[in-house]
Amino acid sequence: MSASTLARPSLVASLKSGLDAPICLTWELTYACNLQCVHCLSSSGQRDDRELTTAEAKQVLDELRAMQVFYINIGGGEPMVRRDFFELIEYALTPQNGGDGIGVKFSTNGAFIDASNARRLAAMDYLDVQISLDGIDAATNDAVRGAGSYAMARRAMDNLAAADFGPFKISVVATRHNVPQLDEFKALADSYGAQLRLTRLRPSGRGADTWDDLHPTQAQQREIYNWLMMHGAKDGEAGVLTGDSFFHLNALGDPLPGLNMCGAGRVVCLIDPIGDVYACPFVIHDEFLAGNVRAIGGFDRIWKQSDLFTSLREPQSAGACASCGAFDACQGGCMAAKFFTGLPLDGPDPECVIGNGATAVPIALKPRPAADHSKPARRVG
Amino acid sequence: MACAVSTDLVTGATHPLLAVALELHPQVALRPEPFGALAYHYGTRRLVFLKHVDMVTVARSLADHPSLEAALAAAEIEPSRWPSFAAAFESLRLSDVVRER
Repeated sequence: MSASTLARPSLVASLKSGLDAPICLTWELTYACNLQCVHCLSSSGQRDDRELTTAEAKQVLDELRAMQVFYINIGGGEPMVRRDFFELIEYALTPQNGGDGIGVKFSTNGAFIDASNARRLAAMDYLDVQISLDGIDAATNDAVRGAGSYAMARRAMDNLAAADFGPFKISVVATRHNVPQLDEFKALADSYGAQLRLTRLRPSGRGADTWDDLHPTQAQQREIYNWLMMHGAKDGEAGVLTGDSFFHLNALGDPLPGLNMCGAGRVVCLIDPIGDVYACPFVIHDEFLAGNVRAIGGFDRIWKQSDLFTSLREPQSAGACASCGAFDACQGGCMAAKFFTGLPLDGPDPECVIGNGATAVPIALKPRPAADHSKPARRVG
Repeated sequence: MACAVSTDLVTGATHPLLAVALELHPQVALRPEPFGALAYHYGTRRLVFLKHVDMVTVARSLADHPSLEAALAAAEIEPSRWPSFAAAFESLRLSDVVRER
């Protein structure tokens, strides 16, 4: 993102009080997935039979178009599992009812990007594809994403490259096991003419159970920070994207490129496969549920009037972090990371780089995600 | 390229862009927001903030006027603010949100 001059109050202050429509809306089309990643933020696996129908999904797209949402991030589950996947993204991308097209960026594990689908995707304008990859080799990746998933992702990348898709994205969640591979991820992206995207692991969904084993160490936090200072996408330049998800690291020095704030309910939100609207993709829990798009007033009303989003747009207390000199830099970190590790929301992030997260006292048992769509464990023997 | 140079009567500062005829890029959509507007460029897929409602007014009217200067005058922007508007529009021109016509 970039900004013109002539600022009045700071841009961050304006954004914190909320926008007329989200900038960054994630829509998970389905809980169905061919994989069962151990850190899946939506505990995906099985389809939920309350999933929005094609007609309902198009109605949501009409609403987003009327609100002038410029682009959406589509995920899941594996969104390409839906039989109407292409129908829905074509509907989003094509201008309708006097409104503009809605740009689409979708996240996939690549299983369904064969040569023919790669050509179909390459023929669409305003479409970004990001292939998830959490290790630079099968051993590192498949330990998190499941057997065969590395080969699956690389095959999708090969197919996109062969179809001349252009610069797709390779999306990596930073873990304890892949932080030593950052340079290699970048080299892989460069070899495809792709763009690397590195985002923060959250203890959400099945990630709640694997957080302790997967989240980067204190020393690795600094390594990520230094690496992003060197390679992060700066205003208008190509570089490694982060979804502005590492702002908790800003307490280490100069701020990383991007917005330094939690966007939950202010510029960001999630629509889940059954139409439930949450404050962000990482807080699928009743406490952060703002409403359902099937209710009267639809998404527009939830975004503009729900009690939850209204309260998130009010000034937030720094709480236990108020006396810390780094608060302006890190903003207390990520709400979801605190919530699912049982920490108070107005205290330090569990990965606080000053070390206050490690000594913070949980106020609750770790909350469980709202719904678990994991496939039942396979019986052995 | 126009060689005329506009002069700001108050500060004496000049900005070459003031004399240029501009327009919003046809692939740019503006969405009004409390602080000004969001501009999204469907071609470059970049999002840009217009952080003042006056910027939005002027940006929308660019195509109706022979120069940026004329658009600023028509929007009744104080001439003392023109240099900062010119600088802001220069950055929008660089990101292709507005273009010469």
